Amino acid sequence: MKRLTDLGAPALLIVLLLGAWEIACRALAVAPTILPPPSQIALATVENFPSLAASAWVTLSTALAALVLASLIACASALVVAVSPLLERSVQPIVTTLQVTPIVAIAPLVVIWAGFEHPERAVIVLAVIVAFFPIYSGAVTGLKAADPDLMRLFQVYGAGQRQILLRLRLPSAVPFLLEGHKVAAGLALVGAVVAEYVAGTGATQGLAWRILEAEHRLETAKMFAGLLVLALMGAALYALMQAAEQMILRRWRGR
Amino acid sequence: MSGAPIAQLSGVQVDYPRGPALGPFDLFLGPGEIVALVGPSGCGKSTALRLLAGLEPPTRGEVTRASAPGETAVVFQAPTLTPWGTALDNVALPLVLSGVGPGEARLRARAALARVGLAQVTGAKPAQLSGGMAMRVSLARALVTGPRVLLLDEPFAALDEITRRSLAEDLHALWAQSGPAVVFVTHNVEEAVYLASRVVVMTPGPGRLAGEIAVAGPIPRPPGFRLSPAFRQAAEQVSQMLEQAMAAKAVA
Repeated sequence: MKRLTDLGAPALLIVLLLGAWEIACRALAVAPTILPPPSQIALATVENFPSLAASAWVTLSTALAALVLASLIACASALVVAVSPLLERSVQPIVTTLQVTPIVAIAPLVVIWAGFEHPERAVIVLAVIVAFFPIYSGAVTGLKAADPDLMRLFQVYGAGQRQILLRLRLPSAVPFLLEGHKVAAGLALVGAVVAEYVAGTGATQGLAWRILEAEHRLETAKMFAGLLVLALMGAALYALMQAAEQMILRRWRGR
Repeated sequence: MSGAPIAQLSGVQVDYPRGPALGPFDLFLGPGEIVALVGPSGCGKSTALRLLAGLEPPTRGEVTRASAPGETAVVFQAPTLTPWGTALDNVALPLVLSGVGPGEARLRARAALARVGLAQVTGAKPAQLSGGMAMRVSLARALVTGPRVLLLDEPFAALDEITRRSLAEDLHALWAQSGPAVVFVTHNVEEAVYLASRVVVMTPGPGRLAGEIAVAGPIPRPPGFRLSPAFRQAAEQVSQMLEQAMAAKAVA
């Protein structure tokens, strides 16, 4: 019963909001180019589903590729940095500066470097940059998170640096790595969409382009349809990562 | 107190940036004896233990350790198990770290777990164990290498009274099997007197030697030992010594 209420309450709220939106649009005769009612958005979603789905796949596959690349680069950098505290301190200002610089501001440069004929490369690079940070900071924090008493225990038994890394620091980092990847997955999607916007041309065929295209034609319902697909995709990706995190953590700590 | 020590602290002092933490302090540990270190919080008991474990050097003074590295085992206040490993993995860890093959390590770890009565939970992860069971795994891990020196830093402090007592019996039984020299840090007077053949009382920090009490009676302790005059008398002496040390500090 409680489970039913937990699921039912948010669903009911969404239905109520959509109903209010629909009624308001009709009662106030709002121009559909300004704000289409939910019924029109639903229709636009169904009508344009094949092209939206194809574009969604382009964006999603870009984001996933970026996530994998970001994961490899971030984990490798964190491992290198973990060996030398001096190196970590040296790298940190650069990492932080890059992190706080808005990706939209970096995007045009990356588009130029990737070459205008390869906007998809620029999109991947930008998504990688955005997804890099949560994984990197998670890994760096995680590699330092080993229980100090366990560290002493390893010392008592004369463990070498390699044994400490492989048998203590890496496994200790697992929960931090999972959290980092979960956050990074959402950010990779955001990064991909932002980069598609900046790349601007139809060459990337991603969801952002579908939304831009609809905007240029004043097809506002279709813009909303694109947004809807994007939001659902983001939520699904997050839920998937969340489930994977839970599953791996359960195995990791046996509960 | 005769013969060669297996470990010894001679005039050791430890200073931390926030001030002196220990000493000057002397401790003699003969082969196979059980010594309890008792003192108020912050007197440097744990610091003394870390010196004996070779985990840190003294600022002044000398630490003698007759046993080679790896022949010393440490048990901390928390079970300090790796959450990702099973009980068996955790007990096998010291062997694996010192280069014993995985097959033999598992075999010996299984035997060590059986000695602490946990033959049934080899595949369980620490999160699935009770506090007492986790501490037994920690004891099994400490004993799996057959150490000559066993150092315990308030290992039972977080456990309930019943579990503490049962672990004390286990510790004695295990000690009777392999006879390592034991240093047991505690702030519980009765626990110290029950466990040890010699109780070393420390002054408030920076800890010095306040005095020593020898506890008569066999180890493992016979039933009803806690009610015996020998136990009562020793516990009273330790309590008095501790109180005097605290009072002297308060005056000074």
